[in-house]
Amino acid sequence: MMQSGRTTYNIVEAPEGYSAPGMFATRLDRAVGLARKNSIWPLPFATSCCGIEFMATMGAHYDLGRFGSERLSFSPRQADLLMVMGTIAKKMGPIVHQIYEQMAEPRWVIAVGACAASGGIFDTYSVLQGIDRVVPVDVYVPGCPPRPEQIIEGFMLVQELVGKEPLRRRYSPEYRALLEKYGIR
Amino acid sequence: MEDKQNILTLLKNKFGKKIIKTDDTGDIITATVDSLSLFSIIEYLKDDPDTGYNFLTDICGIHYPEYELPLGVIYHLHNLRENRRVRIKTFVSLDRPEVATLTPLFSSANWMERETYDFYGIIFTGHPNLIRILNVEYLDFFPMRKEYPLEDPTREDKDNRYFGR
Repeated sequence: MMQSGRTTYNIVEAPEGYSAPGMFATRLDRAVGLARKNSIWPLPFATSCCGIEFMATMGAHYDLGRFGSERLSFSPRQADLLMVMGTIAKKMGPIVHQIYEQMAEPRWVIAVGACAASGGIFDTYSVLQGIDRVVPVDVYVPGCPPRPEQIIEGFMLVQELVGKEPLRRRYSPEYRALLEKYGIR
Repeated sequence: MEDKQNILTLLKNKFGKKIIKTDDTGDIITATVDSLSLFSIIEYLKDDPDTGYNFLTDICGIHYPEYELPLGVIYHLHNLRENRRVRIKTFVSLDRPEVATLTPLFSSANWMERETYDFYGIIFTGHPNLIRILNVEYLDFFPMRKEYPLEDPTREDKDNRYFGR
């Protein structure tokens, strides 16, 4: 909170660290995390009704822009967060996989809604039973469809992950093995 | 009613035993026909001045496992000039699910027949490009046939034990 005259502004809190007049010292990963988590560029991959809820989330009433995501990236190459919202048919699976491959590290994925998370009610021959069969997922948002508040909570959980990610996580053998599991170079 | 009788009489007179069954009780008159004569019957319905069913509304498949000839194809034809419709059914066996293609008569039959092939595995002989149209290419079965379960058999989290089944 910051007071300026009669107006109150919300600004993000500084990470743990040492401060003195004119200087502030903290861990590099916390500083990087702070910058990253408040400027996530999401790539909306909306295929059905959850996408409509996301439109409400982006709109003025719920305003995802408050969380530093004013700018949606419709190119995977500039996106940090893949938001898969809606039913993914088996025919669409390879496309989700390809989009994930096109995103630059570090990248996160959020599966919004029952269909993206598990196939939902579409337990049938044509629907992918959860996008975690083709890409690794960081946060699952339940609901059919979830309300914008739930999508925002999922987004805030992603922010939590982004802010606390160790700098060398993406080079770790565990992470490499995870990508290997999904056939991603 | 007169029109209904008229087209069935015309068909029976021209094709005799090839018309297996007729039904004029519903809203659309229906004729079940022999699969080998299907092409000539539809050609007659389309091109003859007495009939004039010049629009192919729909082609779809059906599977009745209990029938002697379990796989069916159903054609809906429409006479746009007189606004009359007719439904033609034909049945084939599982071993030889073959029906002649209608693509020489109706260009619109191309995609409809591909869809029917995709879901029921009915081979339309003479079709220029009989490949799957909606499902993934690597699907190795025809999903609308009754022997396949509705639920995805590859799903591991739906263990019967958790659902009391």
